[in-house]
Amino acid sequence: MTSRRMILAVSLVLAAAFAPAAALADDVPTIAAAADLQFALTDMAAAFHAADGRAVKLTFGSSGNFFRQIREGAPFQIYLSADEQFVIDLAALGLTLDEGDLYAIGRIVLFVPDGSPLQPDGELNGLKTALAEGLVTKFAIANPEHAPYGRRAEEALRHAGLWAAIEGKLVLGENVAQAAQFATSGGAQGGIIAYSLALSPAVSSSGSYALIPDAWHQPLRQRMVLLKGAGDTARAFYAFLASQRARKIMRGYGFVLPGETS
Amino acid sequence: MDWQALWLSLHLASLTVLLLLPLAVLLGRWLAVTRISGLSLIEATLALPLVLPPTVVGFYLLVAFSPRSWFGDLWRQVFGGTLAFSFEGLLIASVLINIPYAVQPAQRAFEAIGNELREAAASCGMSWWRALFRIELPLAWPGILTGMVLAFAHTLGEFGVVLMVGGNIPGETRTIAISIYDRVQAFDDAAAGRMAAVLLLISLLVIAATLLLSQRIGKRRG
Repeated sequence: MTSRRMILAVSLVLAAAFAPAAALADDVPTIAAAADLQFALTDMAAAFHAADGRAVKLTFGSSGNFFRQIREGAPFQIYLSADEQFVIDLAALGLTLDEGDLYAIGRIVLFVPDGSPLQPDGELNGLKTALAEGLVTKFAIANPEHAPYGRRAEEALRHAGLWAAIEGKLVLGENVAQAAQFATSGGAQGGIIAYSLALSPAVSSSGSYALIPDAWHQPLRQRMVLLKGAGDTARAFYAFLASQRARKIMRGYGFVLPGETS
Repeated sequence: MDWQALWLSLHLASLTVLLLLPLAVLLGRWLAVTRISGLSLIEATLALPLVLPPTVVGFYLLVAFSPRSWFGDLWRQVFGGTLAFSFEGLLIASVLINIPYAVQPAQRAFEAIGNELREAAASCGMSWWRALFRIELPLAWPGILTGMVLAFAHTLGEFGVVLMVGGNIPGETRTIAISIYDRVQAFDDAAAGRMAAVLLLISLLVIAATLLLSQRIGKRRG
């Protein structure tokens, strides 16, 4: 390496080190959202940006992990949980502005990728038969330890009397979007995922699904809240999430809205 | 293509290398000549990030960064923010896990110089610093540079620790490796594929540059 090239390489490293990490826009809040909102909230953020001109940054993951991160001081300004208990607990810890608002009630579906020997039916009879015949080797759900959709999936499987038979075959997604990723990949014969994800083109194009009766599990009461330190943009977006425009998008992704029935 | 994440990764890797450079020179030099007892234990401790699962490192850092720990509390009192899920926390994590990648090649390079030369420099009346800059660094720099390149490349690729202590926040802790994971979960295979290809290309270039460099040095010496 000539000394000139050496100098070039060193100055590139120095430039990258001392330039700001990102073009810092003034007030672009980061929003932590349950993974079942992957598509719905992305659409709502785009609608907000089109209407208001301001932008928000979205991070999707498991509600339980976000709960932990917010408790450790993560700089989120809005938290949309798939399980309202996490929001209530954060409020009790004094980390939120108030107790937040119920924004949706989620549903779960049995998703079956194309080419799987499973037949999708919401009563899980096909799954029961396939399990008995040994046709199911892998079945995807979100991790029940910290992902609300995983907990509801476990409850539905227990209700159907399939838990003991399926427990050893479960592949656990870190959140429900990852479980959906596992289920659509074809590596698993099926999975229980969020209805909102099954309705998105990316997921529905790779298989079929059936709604699981909502009486089979605890309701997925999803609550959102403004966190301590929320700025003006976060507050405006939070208000937008309760607007008719946003509710219409939520309905389109299969969510039952508070005060409405499915 | 998430340019912000790529830029954040390059920024993180560059700062990591800058912070590690003086550490690698001084610690590598010291480890090469010292004869204190318990040296193996020190070397083993420094090499730990090579063998520890990233989740173990991530867990300990998360505990240390928490405002409930004395370190996290001290940081908050001095700097006002929390370390977990911040760029500063990510940088601290990155420096710690890259210590063996930076220090070991530097140590080997200083060991290769041999004590005769050091003694000769000292008997000529050269000060410690003067001998370091005039005699040892000109001989040891290829090893030090190799360490820096390794640390840089390793930072770009680090995933587990970043996910645990960073938490995937755009513009703050979402590095290119995390962004690929994020795009896969969003069923955005096209974007994930593009970013994976960019990372593959960068890694290939870095390795090729290192090999080329060592070849040229070999020729010059041979």
